[in-house]
Amino acid sequence: MAVPKKKTSKSKRDMRRSHDSLSAPGMSICPQCKEPKQPHRVCGSCGTYKGKDVTETEA
Amino acid sequence: MRHNKTGRRLGRNSSHRAAMMRNMVTSLLDHEKITTTTTRAKELRKIAEKMITLGKRGDLHARRQALQVIRDRKVVGKLFEMVAPRYKDRPGGYTRILKLGNRQGDNAPICQIELVEEEFTPRPKKVVPVAAAEVTPAEEPVVEVAEEVAVEAEVEAEDKE
Repeated sequence: MAVPKKKTSKSKRDMRRSHDSLSAPGMSICPQCKEPKQPHRVCGSCGTYKGKDVTETEA
Repeated sequence: MRHNKTGRRLGRNSSHRAAMMRNMVTSLLDHEKITTTTTRAKELRKIAEKMITLGKRGDLHARRQALQVIRDRKVVGKLFEMVAPRYKDRPGGYTRILKLGNRQGDNAPICQIELVEEEFTPRPKKVVPVAAAEVTPAEEPVVEVAEEVAVEAEVEAEDKE
């Protein structure tokens, strides 16, 4: 079976991982409560979307 | 080639998928809004809109076609008597999907799909700048209306005197 000849150095390992970082989701400001919210989604803190209250149904 | 690639399979075989969609469209029409995953809602939208179109047709054949999908006789009654008349003037787009964020547990995007409640207001026709030949007939009625207004104003002025 094919097996690595040498242990991957910290440098090589970390260089490989240099592209693995996650980026935070883009956020917008809720026009109602000024809390950060994800765009095109109902605001999690005040439950409004486009100025209208969206009372969520039970799942 | 994108042959036979319409719709989403939702990890089910076709009978399972059809059964789930029938359950969901029945629930949606019954409760007016339901919470589900965004992918399911987008599939459900197609079926729900077709059901409402059947309701707008309103004849016996349409009612029987709706009964083939909707599981509850009472819901079909509601669709034909209460829901469909609401959308008499609305040319489609009877449902709205509001994204709610991701579900705890499997991070699935969740949304609320609801029947639109607002009165339909048609959008103002876009004024397209076109060739002069088309502009002239459009201008004429405007002038006529302006003249009528002027005449009416004169008549009113005379009445006041």
